[in-house]
Amino acid sequence: MPIIKNSATYGIHKVIMKNSFVIIAHGTAIKEYNGVVGNSQNSQMAMIEAINLTKKYEGVTAVDHVSFQIAEGETLGLIGTSGCGKTTTLKMLNRLLEPSSGRILVQGKDIRKDKPERLRQGIGYVIQNGGLFPHYTVAENIAVVPRLLKWKEKRISGSTDKLLEMVGLPPSEFSQRYPQELSGGQQQRVGLARALAADPPIVLLDEPFGALDQITRGQIQQEFKQLESLLKKTMVLVTHDVFEAVTLCDRICLMNQGRIEQIGTPKELIFQPHNDFVRDFFSSNLFQLELHVTCLGDLIPWLENLSPREGCATLFKVKENLLSILQHKNMGQNGIGIGDRHGHRILTTNCENLLSAFYQYKKSILN
Amino acid sequence: MSFWEFFTSNIREIFDQTLQHIGLTVISLAIAVTVGVLVGVVLTRYPRFSTQVIGTVGVIQTIPSVALLGFLLPLLGIGVTPAIIALFLYALLPIVRNTYTGIEEVDGSIKEAAKGMGMPDLQVLFKVELPLAIPVIFAGIRTAAVTTVGVATLSALIASGGLGEFIFRGIALNNVNMMLAGAIPAAILALLFDFLLGILQKQVQRFLKPILIGAAIIVTVSVSWWLGPQIFNNSFIAGFPSEFMGRADGYPGLQSHYNLSLDSVQLNPALMYDALKEKKVDVISGYSTDGRIKAYDLAVLEDDLHFFPPYYPAPLIRGEVLKEYPELEGVLGKLGGKISDETMTQLNYQVDYLNKPTIEVVKEFLTELGLETSIERTGGSDIVIGSKGFTEQYLLAEMLGVVIENYTNLDVDLKTGLGGTKIAFNALVQGEIDMYPEYTGTGLFVILRAPEEVQKAIIQDKEEVFAYVKEQFKELYDLEWLEPFGFNNTYAMMMRREDTEKLNIRSISDLKAYLSQ
Repeated sequence: MPIIKNSATYGIHKVIMKNSFVIIAHGTAIKEYNGVVGNSQNSQMAMIEAINLTKKYEGVTAVDHVSFQIAEGETLGLIGTSGCGKTTTLKMLNRLLEPSSGRILVQGKDIRKDKPERLRQGIGYVIQNGGLFPHYTVAENIAVVPRLLKWKEKRISGSTDKLLEMVGLPPSEFSQRYPQELSGGQQQRVGLARALAADPPIVLLDEPFGALDQITRGQIQQEFKQLESLLKKTMVLVTHDVFEAVTLCDRICLMNQGRIEQIGTPKELIFQPHNDFVRDFFSSNLFQLELHVTCLGDLIPWLENLSPREGCATLFKVKENLLSILQHKNMGQNGIGIGDRHGHRILTTNCENLLSAFYQYKKSILN
Repeated sequence: MSFWEFFTSNIREIFDQTLQHIGLTVISLAIAVTVGVLVGVVLTRYPRFSTQVIGTVGVIQTIPSVALLGFLLPLLGIGVTPAIIALFLYALLPIVRNTYTGIEEVDGSIKEAAKGMGMPDLQVLFKVELPLAIPVIFAGIRTAAVTTVGVATLSALIASGGLGEFIFRGIALNNVNMMLAGAIPAAILALLFDFLLGILQKQVQRFLKPILIGAAIIVTVSVSWWLGPQIFNNSFIAGFPSEFMGRADGYPGLQSHYNLSLDSVQLNPALMYDALKEKKVDVISGYSTDGRIKAYDLAVLEDDLHFFPPYYPAPLIRGEVLKEYPELEGVLGKLGGKISDETMTQLNYQVDYLNKPTIEVVKEFLTELGLETSIERTGGSDIVIGSKGFTEQYLLAEMLGVVIENYTNLDVDLKTGLGGTKIAFNALVQGEIDMYPEYTGTGLFVILRAPEEVQKAIIQDKEEVFAYVKEQFKELYDLEWLEPFGFNNTYAMMMRREDTEKLNIRSISDLKAYLSQ
């Protein structure tokens, strides 16, 4: 089974998810799903667990029996068209909205057992445009949650400086500025720093890059992906941008009219859509997305080693995705070198060979 | 006398009135800020009530000030307390509305971010919503402040003091300097309040909490301060309209004629009878034909030393209008001498107390006299009839109108409710109206300001007074006095009947004797 083999790099919990996602996908099958968890996956407690979440507004069902689990350190993307219930689902996680029925467990504990403020202070929250307080300086904005947690001022200023440094805004230049003096991208960075200020284990992001222009967005997405302090966070990202979801998320939950259509890794949704809705949702950018979710490592069984002039080919890592390789500026001139994670060359190939390997790989999954 | 002379010679009183004015404004504003901000904030938490509450507060503001003061009179009496409450009610709308919209308009994503980060509701309010809504809230407070300074002049009508005293006395007495002495400081005060609040606004982000606490302290201290002495005031008080307070044939003359001295407060003529009935004052200077004498069971004190001059009303018409329509003199002569004191009191009573429409009362009366009342023309306005702002004047103006329309081919237009002798007379001289009912005594004292020796010589004889004003008006203003209606609506001192019986007071001399005990 190539799926399991290839995704082993994501860690063991991914495999577990994969085995159970078919059941998770539809709320109606929840009993069976719970049974699975209860029997065999007790050792892997989910960081966030939503059980049968439903939210109704005056007769309109915005979220309809939605269930999912998010493992520690995992990033789940909630995507779908406007009005599909993704933002509503997110806001139920930090109790900005209360579900009409259903439960949410964070680290195994029902979130209704504590005051909503306490819950929220432990969950980072990033929203579109940053949601920065215009009457607070950048430093004061970042210090909001630490102040709520009654940290000492010295500790607060130290951590504020560190966070600003981390998001690429030198504190000496930025900490005393007001949000309206910053560009959109800079505001977004401050918003991120503010969400991380108290080092919460969970971060919720609601269209965090939605208001930025294409170029800034791509840039910040890349930086975001590489932020070390985010690596261990459990994150939920709401977006309507498919590429953003594919780039940043370990798993994607595609919603439609309040229900989950499919939940799984980006690769699963794109190569193995469960129904027409999922297929149609990705159809307009399908080829690019397919390239995006396929990494060099996936193609190794089908790649020939052309061993051209050693050292001239551009060296790419196994986990690099095909789209970024094909878009790379040096691509194709001297062949494509593939190196392992230590930078040792495994083999060298070229563009034609790469694409034919891709088609063979795709066929192997689809059959 | 120039304005400057008037100003310097009355500087003491102007200063006092200004202080009273500031007091009224600051206290009512502080209460309005405290209550208004609180209500506005609560509404943001229960937005489904916002339309109704803001609507209700808005309706209060549309109530004419005199009507509101009249409504509060039976509940709170006269003086500073009802004035502050009325001002507070007027100041409420902009503050409530701006607090509510100010907070509502804070960017939703900012509020959500605040909540999402785990700020408790009170902190969201104090650290995010209020600071961001402050410019809007302050704009509301500034609007309220300027309005309050303006409306506070009206509160002089219920004896609360303030710069309105000069303004209204000035209007009533046709004294421009006196009017300006009230109006100019009031205007300066309004600008000053706006300016100071503007400065405060810049600092308010830092001082938000102290300001709210300060407002609350002013409220508590001032409420207890002002309410205390108001409630325990038991002396014998006279309530006089501003016109009476200043006229030679009013209180000053009465004082010297009877050697009488009263603790007096200034009152709106429309509210004065109710104030007497509600025992807020003990004696008033009413009009001898007022319907409320009958309705409220009041007793008119006999003018035993013959101080009050004759006030026989007659149509006062512009000379050129009479020249153009000479038939008017004959037609209006049909009303000449037809109305007695009792009849007029009865007519006033029907309107004031039985709440009958003026036009209905007029038509019934004219029918009784055997006059035609069926024709009613609309559209053109060959003749514009004015009146001052009290019932008798409305009745007389309607009466003139009905008679003219029924016995000539002229169209009549009414411009009633002009706010005093000065306003009505100026409107007539400037041709905005063609006639209005005026009283001989008012013509003699207020408009002509006849020399004292003339006054003394003719004052006891109503015929001589009429002849004198007729001749003088013709000469000075080209205005004609037509035949008087017949009754004498003079000033009269009146008290509650039960008091006069209990204290055995029948005349003004008796009152003086009682007071000097």
